[in-house]
Amino acid sequence: MFDRHYYKSLTRSMVLTVFLVSLTPLALVSAITSYQFHTSYKDRVNAHLRELVLKHKRNIDGFLAEKLAVIRVLADLIPESRFRDPAALQAILKSLQDRHHGAFVDMGLVDAHGVQVAYAGPLRLERARYAETRWFREAMRHELYVSDVFLGLRGSPHFIVAVRVRASGAEWILRATVDFESFNELVESVAVGQTGLAYIVNNQGEFQTRPRREAAVGPAEMRGILARASEGAGRGDFSPESAAAGIRMSQAAVALDVIHGSAGGGDVLLLTAPLKDGAWTLAYQQDEADAYESLYHARNLSLFAILGGGVGILLMAVLVSNRMVNRIVEADRERDMMNEQVIEAGKLASVGELAAGIAHEINNPLAIMLEEAGWVLDLLDDEHLRRHESHAEMVRALKQIRQQGGRCRDITHKLLSFARKIDPTVKLVQVNEIVRDMAALSDQRAHLANVRISVDLAPDLPEIPASPSELQQVLVNLINNAIDAMERGGELKVSTRLEGASVILDVADSGMGIPKANMARIFDPFYTTKPVGKGTGLGLSICYGIVRKMGGEISVDSVLNQGTVFHIRLPLEEARA
Amino acid sequence: MSGNGAEARAAGVRVLLVDDEAAFLETLRKRLARRGLTAEIAVSGEEALDVLARAQEIDVVLLDVKMPGLSGIETLQRIKAAHPLVEVILLTGHATLEGAVDGMRLGAFDYLMKPCEMDDLLAKVFEAKARKTELEGRAAGGGGTP
Repeated sequence: MFDRHYYKSLTRSMVLTVFLVSLTPLALVSAITSYQFHTSYKDRVNAHLRELVLKHKRNIDGFLAEKLAVIRVLADLIPESRFRDPAALQAILKSLQDRHHGAFVDMGLVDAHGVQVAYAGPLRLERARYAETRWFREAMRHELYVSDVFLGLRGSPHFIVAVRVRASGAEWILRATVDFESFNELVESVAVGQTGLAYIVNNQGEFQTRPRREAAVGPAEMRGILARASEGAGRGDFSPESAAAGIRMSQAAVALDVIHGSAGGGDVLLLTAPLKDGAWTLAYQQDEADAYESLYHARNLSLFAILGGGVGILLMAVLVSNRMVNRIVEADRERDMMNEQVIEAGKLASVGELAAGIAHEINNPLAIMLEEAGWVLDLLDDEHLRRHESHAEMVRALKQIRQQGGRCRDITHKLLSFARKIDPTVKLVQVNEIVRDMAALSDQRAHLANVRISVDLAPDLPEIPASPSELQQVLVNLINNAIDAMERGGELKVSTRLEGASVILDVADSGMGIPKANMARIFDPFYTTKPVGKGTGLGLSICYGIVRKMGGEISVDSVLNQGTVFHIRLPLEEARA
Repeated sequence: MSGNGAEARAAGVRVLLVDDEAAFLETLRKRLARRGLTAEIAVSGEEALDVLARAQEIDVVLLDVKMPGLSGIETLQRIKAAHPLVEVILLTGHATLEGAVDGMRLGAFDYLMKPCEMDDLLAKVFEAKARKTELEGRAAGGGGTP
């Protein structure tokens, strides 16, 4: 019954159940909250980055449009001849540099053949020929033009803002070079966090600014991203008007890509926004870990909390399960013991019922047989039969029949009294009343055995919860035992008294007493010191069982050749399980 | 066995034997008659009540507790109701303590376990007869002094 394997697997399944039941809601709530938080936080960060990039795009577009507009205003207001005058051009450049914080490096007027007819600036570029340059060809095709960044004749990165002018029957290009460093600073000023990096690329993925660090994507990859980003977006000519339209662009114009496994190792967020009507692209990159730093920090914290909670729950589950299984082991052991007792009692009861059935069936024929034998004995007492030669032998035989019949009768009586059904219904009973009844019932038997029964009952004894039948059984057994113990007669005293929360019932005899050696076993079933056929050895064990069932105690004091007292303590409150 | 003293006491004692076992009744009747007692028999509670109604002079009823029809306890109640001075001794095959206790409460003189010794039976019958005589005397005396 006490299978260690069973209890181990019970402990395991309890630990698992407690653990899962406790952890599942926690994990579920954490997962949902974490997912929601994760998503909304990322959305917020992404929206913030898009807004940042968009704002910056507007700044840069504004910067370019402003430079373009200034040159255009100059071209509109100042006659072409003034630009040809080096001193005047120098004065205009000086004014532009002053008002635009040095954003303009130099200025020049180029004729339709690509020859710079006038120049103001730090280099010596008078008469420089631009006919074959890309920017000149593009500038001639458009009214307004902002070139890509290129090295050009001067050998340092720069880009050109050009306006086509029609004057004196010919076309001219008024061009100004924008200071690369100040433009670069403007672009780079967007950096956020530790890894934020902004730069500009053209359609070919070539850098138009000089990033502080290596960009996350190379030109080829960037071209792919740009192609995807500019799908369906037509490319017009850049002008202050189109720049103003671009300023009204929404966040949706900012594309967001996640570049996996960049040079830095981790994932990189790449936001791109079209500049200069799609000719350039503003790229902003930031390491994901950097952008979502707070999110990852919060996630790590909550993971740590869940882990800690999980370990705590596991420990508690193990502790609680062990305790409960220990209780179950204890309860199982008790139950098994009870079961054994119940089985024993059941066996005893069925044996008893069988015996009672047989005893009852035998009892009536036995009574008739004994009466008939007695009748024949009566008849043999007649004068003429007394003279018969076999008279003495017949009387002896009949007496033997009666004697053996008597033995049978004793056996059937014992069997019947052992097996008779006892009503175990508990009600409030007055112990004194039962003592009086039982004493009266036993009076005849006591009288024949020369025993005097006396009772000493405490008045006003409270009623106790008990089965009257069971209590009667206990008293009859004890009184019969006491009478049997007084072979030469004696005193039998039954007394009651109240002691604390119990009623004490004493049955005292002045009999032979119980030897010390037998004391330990007197309540054992089938233990008897009476001659064979006289005792079943069940009387005291039945008493013991009944008293214990009532939550009481039974004990015995005995002095050899002086007498025995059985003490029964019965609780006033019901103590049955 | 009963001696001369017993026979002298037995003279005039009228007993009614009630049991559903006719063989038992007949033998017991003969044995009691041999000892000088007058014994009537009845095989059921109903018949016992009839006999009592007919023969008023019954002193002691030996009544089996377990009988088909009217049970011993019911018969006892009716006997005591109709003939309060008649003493009843219960004969029980079953050691039904409750039955015996109930019987005593209902006015039975005593109880005997079947099969019983003739000496025990006679002793009980004579005790019962003595009590009946005493009670009759008391009743008569009480009736004489208003």
